[in-house]
Amino acid sequence: MTMAEPTESGRFGDFGGMYVPETLVPACQELDRAFRDAWGDPAFRNELDHLLRTYAGRPSPLTECHRLGEELGCRILFKREDLNHTGSHKINSVLGQALLAKRMGKTRIVAETGAGQHGVASATAAALFGMECVVYMGTVDIERQKLNVFRMQLLGAEVRAAETGSQTLKDAVNEAMRYWVSAVEDTHYCLGSVMGPHPYPWMVREFHRVIGDESREQCAELLDGGVPDYVVACVGGGSNAAGIFAGFADTDAQLIGAEPAGGAAVGRAVPGIVHGSKSYLMQDEWGQVLEAESISAGLDYPGIGPEHAHLAASGRARYEPVTDAEVVEAFQLCSRTEGIIPALESAHALAWIAKMRDEVAGKTILVNMSGRGDKDVNQMMDVLGS
Amino acid sequence: MTGAVETALRARIDAGGKCLVPYITGGLGDDWLDTVRAVAAAGADVIEIGMPFSDPVMDGPTIQEANDRALEAGVTPQTILDDLRHADIGVPTAVMTYGNIAYHMGFERFANSLAAAGVSGCILPDVPLEEVGEWASAADEAGVETVMLAAPTAPDERLPLIVERARGFVYGVGLLGITGVRSALAASAVEIAGRLKGVTDKPVLVGVGVGTPEQAVEVSQVSDGVVVGSAVVQRMLDHAGPEGVAALVGEFRAALDEA
Ligand SMILES: Cc1ncc(COP(=O)(O)O)c(C=O)c1O
Repeated sequence: MTMAEPTESGRFGDFGGMYVPETLVPACQELDRAFRDAWGDPAFRNELDHLLRTYAGRPSPLTECHRLGEELGCRILFKREDLNHTGSHKINSVLGQALLAKRMGKTRIVAETGAGQHGVASATAAALFGMECVVYMGTVDIERQKLNVFRMQLLGAEVRAAETGSQTLKDAVNEAMRYWVSAVEDTHYCLGSVMGPHPYPWMVREFHRVIGDESREQCAELLDGGVPDYVVACVGGGSNAAGIFAGFADTDAQLIGAEPAGGAAVGRAVPGIVHGSKSYLMQDEWGQVLEAESISAGLDYPGIGPEHAHLAASGRARYEPVTDAEVVEAFQLCSRTEGIIPALESAHALAWIAKMRDEVAGKTILVNMSGRGDKDVNQMMDVLGS
Repeated sequence: MTGAVETALRARIDAGGKCLVPYITGGLGDDWLDTVRAVAAAGADVIEIGMPFSDPVMDGPTIQEANDRALEAGVTPQTILDDLRHADIGVPTAVMTYGNIAYHMGFERFANSLAAAGVSGCILPDVPLEEVGEWASAADEAGVETVMLAAPTAPDERLPLIVERARGFVYGVGLLGITGVRSALAASAVEIAGRLKGVTDKPVLVGVGVGTPEQAVEVSQVSDGVVVGSAVVQRMLDHAGPEGVAALVGEFRAALDEA
């Protein structure tokens, strides 16, 4: 199978759609038209490619991790999204969206952020394009990601606290959507993952497809034209996973999404509707959305992008949980053996390999190293008690 | 077939009056049903019953807080419907909640539960025209009127499609924004009312940003009436009691009747 366009109603199988307040429907439809038009326009593609190369630092390298591989009994390749400008894969989609927003005549972007990586990337793009930027972040996350809050402010963005509910990513999305409802005429909602109403899940995946496309080529070179046995990525909303999966969906590679055990939307496999789309969603017996709980702010989300729900339901990809303890272990192991401090989010993918070492023994595994761990060092000092 | 919501509103309109639909957060306070009854007695034509959802993206701080308080007190869709089933309210009710509450229970079961509890209408603000088909069929089947929202951002060609699908009334969104009281009525409120009146004979009510009797009178010069949410719910949050909430609704009624 391939990861293709959703249906006209924005569906991947049974999932997706456009469940937004009526006020936002015209904006989503306008965005769909604008993205379609831009994505088919060589001038737009060239401009974005140019930015990705000269500003974000693409292509990101593929690194073979010999010592970690030896430790875990398999061959491990890292796709180094951690080396992108601003430190994660998020910049790919943000540059695309900001360029598109500019093309649409919008003067401001609003974004939600969990770990702060998407917020930092959004603030960066806004600075680059001379746009205003408002970022919503849960109060809990503001506390555990102080460094990124300051970074966004340095970049000229206004960081607003989402003080409702669990005060994490889900609530930041609520606040960003409320803001968008009020400012839709001049503001682009720069959504941070492959979630939300159509066209976001599709558009954000397309902007991240570059991860998969580059990896496919780099793997072919390294593996004599072959593909890895496994492609593993962490999954919050699922953007880094969607991007890298897109390069391998039509191969025999097994696609694995590592979910935090406290935010395992696919594991529970209950469909629901929130934040614009129908997908798997953690909820109680009445459909109230539950609060996810994860050591990593970027994965602290009770849902998952609709295309992932479809990939799971159709059996093309597996989504499996890892615990916070397993993640902390993997975080340290990667740092010590490879000299790469991973983002706590990305460490979920590594934790999956460590956990499944029997299954993956001797196999070649491509991991999306979606971000670097600088932002997590403070938090880990507390966790590790040093 | 015309449902109870539309019938009640038409009766008011045909008598030369303006419609008043207050919003009450279901389950908020032990005396919430007394509040509903008092509000009916104070001149509400239809009462909107908010069924709390964990992530109400169309709602501002007042209704969010009411939601949270009710949820913390253990309110569920079932407790609200159980309460309503035995309540003798005197005017039709319409439940306002979000898509997932209905979807999770199953559209058919949810629609039937509303009907069984005597609820006549339903508003799902995050289920727009593009997505409403499945729900609306289930609601039609159960005899529940699906109220549709129409926002200032809708291009002209979209409005006829919305009013066509609307049952009960058409809910004009008064401003670009979420629920909450504003100091002045937005120009967009009168504008959306006018645009909707131009394309439908169904009752056109404007809500979101209608927070004072003066604002209600102003927009009702064009619309058939108003939905008043946050102002009413704020009274409930302030523990005004059934009489206190009803007094506010009475002020709206009096202002609309005098105009
Ligand atoms: C480094 C990194 N990886 C992954 C994620 C999770 O997002 P997604 O699942 O959309 O890739 C985040 C989110 O903040 C992140 O910062």
